[in-house]
Amino acid sequence: MATHARNRRVLHWIAFAVLLVAAIGTQTAINGAFERFTPIQEVQWVRSPGLMRRLVLGFNSVAADIYWIRAVQYYGSTKISKAENKDYGFLFPLLDITTTLDPRFNIAYRFGAILLSEDYPNGPGRPDEAIALLEKGIRESPDKWEYYHDAGFVEYWWRRDARAAADWFVRGSKLPAAPNWLQPLAASVLAEGGNQLAARALWTRMAQTGEQEWMRQTARTRLQQLDAEAVVGQLQPIVNSFYDKANRFPTGWDEMIRAGLVRGVPLDPTGVPYTLDPVSGAVDVAKDSSLYPLRRGL
Amino acid sequence: MSAVLIVARGVFKDSIRDRVPYNLLFFAVILMAASFLLAQLTAGQDVKIIKDLGLAAASLMGVLIAVFIGIGLVAKEVERRSIYSLLSKPITRSQFILGKYLGLVFTLVANLAVMAIAYYGVLAYLDWQTPANVKQAWEAAATDPMLLKAFALIGVELMLVTALALFFSTFSSTFLSAALTIAIYVIGHFSDDLRTLESFGASPAVAMIGRGLYYAFPNLAPLNVTAAVVHGQAVTAQHMLLASGSIGLYVAVLLVASTLIFERRDFK
Repeated sequence: MATHARNRRVLHWIAFAVLLVAAIGTQTAINGAFERFTPIQEVQWVRSPGLMRRLVLGFNSVAADIYWIRAVQYYGSTKISKAENKDYGFLFPLLDITTTLDPRFNIAYRFGAILLSEDYPNGPGRPDEAIALLEKGIRESPDKWEYYHDAGFVEYWWRRDARAAADWFVRGSKLPAAPNWLQPLAASVLAEGGNQLAARALWTRMAQTGEQEWMRQTARTRLQQLDAEAVVGQLQPIVNSFYDKANRFPTGWDEMIRAGLVRGVPLDPTGVPYTLDPVSGAVDVAKDSSLYPLRRGL
Repeated sequence: MSAVLIVARGVFKDSIRDRVPYNLLFFAVILMAASFLLAQLTAGQDVKIIKDLGLAAASLMGVLIAVFIGIGLVAKEVERRSIYSLLSKPITRSQFILGKYLGLVFTLVANLAVMAIAYYGVLAYLDWQTPANVKQAWEAAATDPMLLKAFALIGVELMLVTALALFFSTFSSTFLSAALTIAIYVIGHFSDDLRTLESFGASPAVAMIGRGLYYAFPNLAPLNVTAAVVHGQAVTAQHMLLASGSIGLYVAVLLVASTLIFERRDFK
């Protein structure tokens, strides 16, 4: 009797192992069979933030976290994708749902606005949506001077509207908790207009006061871009002077070095050589540099 | 009163013996640990995510325990026919109902306490390994005692869910009891909408019915203070008292109704 029971137990274990292997094998076969089908990249089943708020049955905060993670992952995967036409179309709806589920999700407003403003291909290039998101944040938390600061930032850096930027800074500076540098910043922006000095002041402030490391890192990158832009501004006339003498643009930095116009291959702040187009003579940061593309005119 | 405590102790022991709380508790702890991994996927929001996820896990696990043990409190006794021997002892039916209820509430409070300890452990670890400059950006300290207010209101919500499950189990099958309890739980989270049906374009008559239902069903929204405590906002003592008091009254109503129904049942 005992032997019979033991045999049955062994048989069960064998059946368990065989079935498990078969299940894994079937799964592998399914993966292979369906590989040729293009999976649906991104689907947003629920587009209404209000409906989503009701569907989560009180688990708003954790649902907001999930949507925030989705937004960050969506932005990151789209940015690094090799697709020719990058579509950031879901970014704003994802951030909208995130901030409806948790109206005080500070970072979703602030970092979300940065992501939305980024120029294509590094972002959707939608400063209007960034402003709309920040205005939503202001409606929820009218005492948050940071949202006014960020809206002014978007106006100045992405829309190049110094007057609108100054207006945001002035409004923010009137809030009880606003720092004392916000009012002078408005004056500086108005005085400098499209000048790099004002832009540098804005990004330096963000690099120092950004709440999250990602925000501070973004600010540091922008400062490096401003440095690179300044260097490009210095190199371009030197390249043009080569054209004036040779009636053609140099084939590359080697020729510029041989001509004694530069001492070595110029490197951008991240250590990647600047590019020199032998046809147009344009100097720029390389496409594989993390500083590409540069914002011109600030 | 001693009869009530004897029944309560029996329920507590039974639920521990059932091992269901252990499994769910284990799951909650694992979920909290998983939140560490989840936090790596996002932009510096790890402390918020761990707080949110931990509270959500504690609430969800508690509701599952309350529903699935609560619906069997009376039904199991009837099914096993142990109700006959129980009721032949010097115990009234109201004592039986109250004892069953308190037993499960003790179980849930014990579970919630263990979850809170695990939760604070995870947060203390996070606090310990986070540099001071990063902590400056936090809206509230990792081990903010205010989080206990959220746990307290989760406890109140579980008391209501237990009362609902017990109430339905006095007159319906276990499956139907579970379905009805979950339905009321869902309605409880929608009840603010019931009050404002006009804003959704409902006719005055429907809006009036909606308002009637709003007052008939408990409103669970005030018990959810997760967002407030996670963002370091104050949850006043008045809010805590009003929210708990309102639910407490619904619990009392349900226990009285459960007793009335149970007393009418014939076990002879």
